[in-house]
Amino acid sequence: MTSSVTESIQPIKRRAIALVSGGLDSMLAVKVMQEQGIEVEGVNFFTGFCVEGHTHAIRKKDQNKEKRNNALWVAEQLGIKMHIIDISEEYKDVVLNPKHGYGANLNPCLDCKIFMVNQATLMINKARELAGDRGFDFIVTGEVIGQRPKSQRKETMPIISQESGADDRLLRPLCARNLPPTLPEREGWVNREALYGFTGRNRKPQMALAKEFGLDDFAQPAGGCCFLTDESYSNKLADLWKARNERRYELDDIMLLKVGRHLRPQPHYKLIISREEGENRFLEGYRYQFTSITTVSCPGPLALVDGNFESEAELQQAAAIIARYSKGRSLDEVTLEVRSPDGVARQVTVAPVQPDAVPLAWNVG
Amino acid sequence: MMTEALHELDVRRMLCPMPVIKTQNKVRTLATGDCLRVVCTDPGALNDIPAWCRINGHEVLETGEAGNEVFVVLRVGEDNGALF
Repeated sequence: MTSSVTESIQPIKRRAIALVSGGLDSMLAVKVMQEQGIEVEGVNFFTGFCVEGHTHAIRKKDQNKEKRNNALWVAEQLGIKMHIIDISEEYKDVVLNPKHGYGANLNPCLDCKIFMVNQATLMINKARELAGDRGFDFIVTGEVIGQRPKSQRKETMPIISQESGADDRLLRPLCARNLPPTLPEREGWVNREALYGFTGRNRKPQMALAKEFGLDDFAQPAGGCCFLTDESYSNKLADLWKARNERRYELDDIMLLKVGRHLRPQPHYKLIISREEGENRFLEGYRYQFTSITTVSCPGPLALVDGNFESEAELQQAAAIIARYSKGRSLDEVTLEVRSPDGVARQVTVAPVQPDAVPLAWNVG
Repeated sequence: MMTEALHELDVRRMLCPMPVIKTQNKVRTLATGDCLRVVCTDPGALNDIPAWCRINGHEVLETGEAGNEVFVVLRVGEDNGALF
């Protein structure tokens, strides 16, 4: 009885879902909301193109770096719950058919943001349906006007709000003062005066705010957190589509584009050659899906063959290229094992190719 | 004493953050007090899964490595996160 009376006189605690990438801006946006007494839960979307974690997990050279998932780390620092959602399947349509087009590379940043805010909108709608007042009242992002050339511009802000279906339930605490008041501001759930009006690519205001909040350890990925903004990665993806004569991909395809040296000696086959032990181990997991080649007479890389050899000469050529990246590169001959996905293996002995026999044009990416 | 169910989740060959996502989705189907053993090959899972457990109120009972594999055993906390 007493508790229900107490509850009835307490103001409703407003709740928000925040898109958390693991970077500084979304971290600050959450913190600004928490300072205003909003209860926040985070959501982080896995598209398959996330830079996060993957390459660190694979490559040995990065093993001295602390391995952490930045979104989880941010959640722990801020004391919020975090939902990590695999949207890799649905996301294909965003990558293949972006209504608003691509940025400098194959990055569909505006469509991506609309898609993610839409996913968050569906989540809050469903949560409200299931949990009523324990659902969520609005969505928060760390967007800053002028921060990103494709998606974060003054004219894209209303497009994202409208096309995502979030409308005025989408609040950007870091640049809200430069935008029309949203529902949480108009309803007085948050104090507009205590929000920010950051613009442009200058990071100083964010740095200053981080300092004010006592946050001094945060991820600052150069070029964002998505491989699609990377020129070399985008070139590899475009090459994959060209070689297959169709624009489509599976999750394994886009994982493999993150690993190894990619060489295309012929239009109909590509070699993915590991560059160190970690990549070797990773590529081993794909030996039942691809023909693989590895050195047996000396230490060397593991290579996957994406495509098919049309002749024995092509197989020999591939073996000679792979031998060139082995410890036996200066020997007269190197023996390699060629294994098909069903496990049938045979050995070939070849002379490693000379460095100038691997034209730059073969390098994909 | 009530016997806790021990469930298994195989996320070998998956890379961060898939082991965490699969763990999260599995936990949503379990009951408070259930135990789950997750087997992975991505060593990053040894940081990520315990971090995810701390954030979401689950208890890590054991972590370990065996050859190229790592494992985490957790006990589901009060809220299994099955809101959505």
